[in-house]
Amino acid sequence: MKQYLYIMSNKKNWPLWEIFVRSKNGLEHRHFGSLHAADAEMALENARDVYTRRNEGVSIWVVESKNITASNPENNGEMFEPAHDKVYRHPTFYDLPDEVKHM
Amino acid sequence: MSEEQIRSLENQFEARIARDEKIEPKDWMPEKYRKTHIRQMSQHAHSEVVGMLPEGNWITRAPSLRRKVALLAKVQDEAGHGLYLYSACETLGISRDELYDQLHSGKAKYSSIFNYPTVTWADMGAIGWLVDGAAIINQVPLCNTSYGPYARAMIRVCKEESFHQRQGYEIMIKLANGTPEQKELAQDALNRWWWPSLMMLGPTDAESIHTEQSMKWKLKRKSNDDLRQQFIDQTVPQAELIGLTIPDPDLKWNEEKGCYDFGEINWDEFWQVVKGHGPCNKERMKARVGAWEEGEWVRDAAMAHAEKKQERKQKQAV
Amino acid sequence: MKNENLYNYILGIADNSLILGQRMGELCGHGPSLETDIACTNISLDLFGQVRSYFQYASKIAGDNRSEDDIAMLRKEREYKNVLLVEQPNTDFAYTMARQFLFDVYHLAFLSELQKSTDLTLSAIANKCIKEVSYHERFSSDWVKRLGDGTEESKAKMQDAINYLWTYTDELFHQTEADKIMVSEGAGVDVTKLKEAYYKNVGDLLEVATLEIPESKYFQKGGKEGIHTEHLGYLLSDLQYMQRTYPNMEW
Repeated sequence: MKQYLYIMSNKKNWPLWEIFVRSKNGLEHRHFGSLHAADAEMALENARDVYTRRNEGVSIWVVESKNITASNPENNGEMFEPAHDKVYRHPTFYDLPDEVKHM
Repeated sequence: MSEEQIRSLENQFEARIARDEKIEPKDWMPEKYRKTHIRQMSQHAHSEVVGMLPEGNWITRAPSLRRKVALLAKVQDEAGHGLYLYSACETLGISRDELYDQLHSGKAKYSSIFNYPTVTWADMGAIGWLVDGAAIINQVPLCNTSYGPYARAMIRVCKEESFHQRQGYEIMIKLANGTPEQKELAQDALNRWWWPSLMMLGPTDAESIHTEQSMKWKLKRKSNDDLRQQFIDQTVPQAELIGLTIPDPDLKWNEEKGCYDFGEINWDEFWQVVKGHGPCNKERMKARVGAWEEGEWVRDAAMAHAEKKQERKQKQAV
Repeated sequence: MKNENLYNYILGIADNSLILGQRMGELCGHGPSLETDIACTNISLDLFGQVRSYFQYASKIAGDNRSEDDIAMLRKEREYKNVLLVEQPNTDFAYTMARQFLFDVYHLAFLSELQKSTDLTLSAIANKCIKEVSYHERFSSDWVKRLGDGTEESKAKMQDAINYLWTYTDELFHQTEADKIMVSEGAGVDVTKLKEAYYKNVGDLLEVATLEIPESKYFQKGGKEGIHTEHLGYLLSDLQYMQRTYPNMEW
């Protein structure tokens, strides 16, 4: 499959960071978007100003985008389809007498 | 890959979109889809960033502190929206620097409306009310577009933009209900921004080249002419409500069609501005290129500092 | 006016935020990167928010129907009481960040004292502002470090900015008549007591930033008495333009 490669110029541009924000305690960090920053501290500061201007967060994680390893959608068949038919992992697979209302 | 295989992939791809499935960055996509998206999203991002300039022009002169903070927050949002959209573009394998290069070299387009000057304070009202009004009509349907990162960016943009149009309309209300001098400012701004706002929704359907393909990919949900009609129908009553007159002698309610008829748009002016000869094209580019070039030593310094810090950390670890 | 000292005292504090906010606002749309642009605008927004709290209070104290905007925009040049430091122009990003840093270190120390004011409104405002200003100080210190310890070019530019602005730092610690009275009443901050820690903190950070601490002992003053540098007049003509051109209107 064709990959889009890029020739980077010699100029060192601020790398890309992925931003994860916890909107309030009790919730998980969620991917909010990305931005550019020279280092992790700056990424945190920028994330605060870019993604939490309207009170959207109580905690921020920043990860440099190049450090994220992603699954390849080409392998989605072998990665995810085997889970489709494992219905016994779900409670509805099991029969209960009607008398038992909650389990 | 053989042509047949590609065609089959393309068919599957189109079927996914037709089923309202979202396309994500690493999914296979036709080259044309990728290119069209980069073009549209970056154009959109450039418009946000260039769009900061005409309004930024009045930040230091806003007439009250309340207006000043609202305007600052609005222009800041535009920077944020530019950023979200550039980020969405970057998921397709093009860097922000390359996108800037396209903008600065004049290769990329941005919305022509920002090539008109903001000559009075009332223009802040007119831009918020009309330009943001027209933009919203364009943007809301994009929250549902087929490319995941674009749709997500647009959801954020639309949510944040909800105060922008109100901010502008409120400025207009104040002016229209103010002294005769203020009302005149408001009417004058409406006169100058009305036609460019109509043009902003794009050339007539007959002249629009990308529409059909864009409709299929949900990059566009309605035709330019439909959007324009929608904009006019919603804006005319808002003008009437505050006692301002739309500068179009041919504007008339058409009972039969249930919408407004309106006068001829000056498309020569539209194309002149698109081709770079509007009142402020050169200033806008100069300001953007200037900010980028003057910022280069700052960006370089931050990188150099980050590298030094990294080195020191590694040395300490040894 | 019943409490003219308090009124003047509030103006002395608020004008610093007003003028610095205006300077930072000028940059909106022209920053070195989108991210930095957004951050600088945030600082400007914080400062204007503070200004509004102070002037709303001042307007109540004045009790003569002048609004926050009248106080902010309709005084004459000599009636603005900000320090000279904050009115210095955005010569380049190094000047902007150096100016911010040299003010933030002072501002933070000042607010933490103002929190203890016997004037409950002032202490409440200080309490709210201090969180914003702590962040400003972190942001500007980081940039002083980045530019100081970045490239040769950035170091030269940051050193130049620090040297140029240094002359305006001493004024931060001058006491005005209103200051003295307010301090004696327990409502005001004795700025003379902030000086030593200020130069220590600033010096420490400059050292980390590999910059030299200027040795000059010649300082400029006058802002607190309304005698400004030539830069302020132009800033005010922008700030006041609408109110002066269209007097007595609502916006």
